[in-house]
Amino acid sequence: MSTNYEDRPRGGGYDSDDDSDRRSMGGGRGGNRRIHRRRVCRFCIDKVDLIDFKDVRLLLNYLPERGKILPRRISGNCATHQRMLAEAIKRARNIALLPYTTD
Amino acid sequence: MDTKRQYEVVFIVDPTVDDEVTKLTDNFKQVVVDQGGSVTKAESMGKRQLAYEILHKKEGTFVLMEIEGSGREIAELERRMRVNDRILRYLTVRVDEDRRRAEKLKGRRAAKAAKRSTPAGQSRRGGSVEFAESNGE
Repeated sequence: MSTNYEDRPRGGGYDSDDDSDRRSMGGGRGGNRRIHRRRVCRFCIDKVDLIDFKDVRLLLNYLPERGKILPRRISGNCATHQRMLAEAIKRARNIALLPYTTD
Repeated sequence: MDTKRQYEVVFIVDPTVDDEVTKLTDNFKQVVVDQGGSVTKAESMGKRQLAYEILHKKEGTFVLMEIEGSGREIAELERRMRVNDRILRYLTVRVDEDRRRAEKLKGRRAAKAAKRSTPAGQSRRGGSVEFAESNGE
């Protein structure tokens, strides 16, 4: 019991060790994955600071047939702009400019 | 605290009472003014198809209002819209904070561009980075 208790602070250090291990493993396997063309954030290129929920034509680009929000891993958007985009799409859905679902 | 907040209010009016849209908008404007706010913009976005049915209606007239005020007039306005049967849906978004942020980013970018264009040292540094990258590859 007492040893267990003593282990705890060391546990924190062990965790960080584990993290670095995992990272190195990931790096090793990274080469195996399919090589993807690095996509860049359209909004960053156009220097967009604000995404308007009323701009339906823009938002539709990020809404595939099912009406789901296109994920970042496909569109290549940066985190900031994806967040803004998602917010705008959700607002547009609320006011019936965009569908929640399509079937 | 005393700074005015800016809101964008979009509401959808039942298109079967199309002729009353302007009257309704004026009515809402009056409500805002009575509560101490001001309407900076009020425009119709026209009749458009709804993305999904609301109360079995497939289209509606969209109206956009921009309001400046403390927030109290928004509460009253929303209450009125909830009560009104002709309003199919409304959405209020507070925009001043996001707009200020966008303005700030824009200013920062302009400052950066100005800095880059003036000194020659900047371009030299850029060149060295390029060189290092090509070495790495």
